[in-house]
Amino acid sequence: MLLGPATAWLVVFLVLPFIAIAVFSVGERAPEGGYQAAFTLAQYANLPARATAFWNTMVLAPVGALACLLVAYPVAYYLALRAPQRWRLILLALVVIPFWTSLLMRTYAWMYILGGRGIPALLAFVGIEDVRLINTPGAVLLGIVYGYLPLMILPIYVSLERLDRRLLEASADLGATPLSTFLGVTLKLSLPGVMTGFSLVMILLLGEYLIPTLLGGGKVFFIGNALVDLFLQSRNWPFGSAIAITLVLVSVVVLIAANRISTRVSGARRVDLI
Amino acid sequence: MSKSYRDGLPISPENFVDQLMRLKRGSIGRRDFLGLTGLGIATAVMAREIGIMPTPAFAAESLGDRMSIATWPNYHDPATFENFKKDTGVAVEVNVFGSNEEMLAKLQAGASGWSLFVPTNYTISTYKKLGIIEPLEMAKLPNFDGSQEDPRFTGEGTIDGTIYAVPKNWGTTGFAVNTKKLTKPMTSWKEFWDTAMAEGDSRTMVHDYQLTTIGNALKYYGYSFNSLKQDELAKAEELLLKVKPHLFAVSSDYQPGMRAGDAWMTMCWTNDGAQLHRDIPEIAYVLGKEGGEIWTDFYAIPKDAPNKPAGCALLNYLMNPQVAVKEHLANGAPSTDARVNKLLPKEVLDNPILYPAADLLTPLEFGAAATLTDPGRAELMARFKSA
Repeated sequence: MLLGPATAWLVVFLVLPFIAIAVFSVGERAPEGGYQAAFTLAQYANLPARATAFWNTMVLAPVGALACLLVAYPVAYYLALRAPQRWRLILLALVVIPFWTSLLMRTYAWMYILGGRGIPALLAFVGIEDVRLINTPGAVLLGIVYGYLPLMILPIYVSLERLDRRLLEASADLGATPLSTFLGVTLKLSLPGVMTGFSLVMILLLGEYLIPTLLGGGKVFFIGNALVDLFLQSRNWPFGSAIAITLVLVSVVVLIAANRISTRVSGARRVDLI
Repeated sequence: MSKSYRDGLPISPENFVDQLMRLKRGSIGRRDFLGLTGLGIATAVMAREIGIMPTPAFAAESLGDRMSIATWPNYHDPATFENFKKDTGVAVEVNVFGSNEEMLAKLQAGASGWSLFVPTNYTISTYKKLGIIEPLEMAKLPNFDGSQEDPRFTGEGTIDGTIYAVPKNWGTTGFAVNTKKLTKPMTSWKEFWDTAMAEGDSRTMVHDYQLTTIGNALKYYGYSFNSLKQDELAKAEELLLKVKPHLFAVSSDYQPGMRAGDAWMTMCWTNDGAQLHRDIPEIAYVLGKEGGEIWTDFYAIPKDAPNKPAGCALLNYLMNPQVAVKEHLANGAPSTDARVNKLLPKEVLDNPILYPAADLLTPLEFGAAATLTDPGRAELMARFKSA
């Protein structure tokens, strides 16, 4: 019974737009831009024209997700296993609260923090002159880690929180060092959460365009940027649609692969991905 | 099954949609980044192709009580719309846009809901060709006086002798330089590009806009700003690819970088140049002596305007020189109307950023419709950005 609204939601917000984009992708660009009906695979044949953008994205997505993971895991670990019970909810709220403000706003804030009047001005005050932080690869990485951190922390937190503490005691009783307990029990049992967080962040990064534009100065071109330009600037909707369809297919492949990997490493446990 | 799926969810679908709408509304006040948030297009396209949204009904000849206008960020005196409402009872909803392309896409999709909008010169012939705009009913615009307009600026609003659009204001595209950081005086696009690879290394910005970035690269060789010739565009591409590694950013949102001192030089539109110079006197605004772009923003009424009478009434109100002068003082762009220029304070008219010397204006070109819609230039820009 509950499937009704969910199915309707999916049809209206996922299936219909997808069909529209699929129809656009076999069409032609009208002379003044936009779409005109046709049946051609020319747009797909033209995909190599955005090969650099695809390549940049394929590098950004896993690297960004990995950087996010490295920061998120210790935080989630502390929240789930070390933080005092009465503080836990407050700390968790603090992780989520920034998420209520638009990513655009928060990224703009970073533009000013990293810009010449932000941290570089403070550094100049203590004698370190002419530091440029904004529009560097480091700034983009920072923006990505900052922007997607809650999405990585929460699934890992959930999997660590459900961890049966008796297993940790048993491991210690049987003579394992804290490190091998962590590697053999904690890490292994939290892998489903890690993989959920990793694929979630990675899939969102496949479409990311805002952070590289604002914090990277638009000098590095990702597939998201290519899409924005094709729809909003050159108004080549059919080519943009072909790229969008390809991106969706790539995301699905990534999801399936992530699911397979996490099923294998964590034994028979089922993993739910969004 | 459904329980565990919900458990792992860091954000509910409702909340996610809410976030998305926030992002969509999150205008930052610069054309470029409004473009970034242009999710509205998708809905507009869907509406046309699938017919979800109803076509707006035409109002009777009364002015009604509301209308909406599509325009650019920081382009009007807010008091203008307040006063219009006081006079006529019509509340004006202001839609702010990031680019002409975005505006075009929304109008082309239909059901934009606007009764007045502000297109730039090079889009008007395309709007006419697509049948999106109609001739203005000049009888209803007694405040407009064609004889007081400089014909150089009104030209592109008139097609085959019929007036489709009347000018709002004009401007130029030059570059802004922080003269404390880059002390060598510059007067040309050649110097702009050469400096970007030398003293201005990693401190120079170009627009994220093919029209101006490619156009001003063409000026390095003295070619037309609007060139569509293969060999000339190939030379421009060669220059752009050579400059790319030296750039601070490819972005039309250059005021923050210039103000913070991170960027020392940027391609720049008149209004931004005037604002930067007003607040930071060492930032100069330069027009390349080889030429470059001159532009006019117009007012036009869409064919499917839901409240045409109110659109017409607001346009007539805006053409009143007493009203228009306040608009110019608020947004800082130069006026095309001699009656308005008479009312502007002397220091505005004497500001060489707003009203440059005639010999600097002579070589400037208006962007052409074909330049904007040319697929070859779009692909060149994509290669430049991904290099």
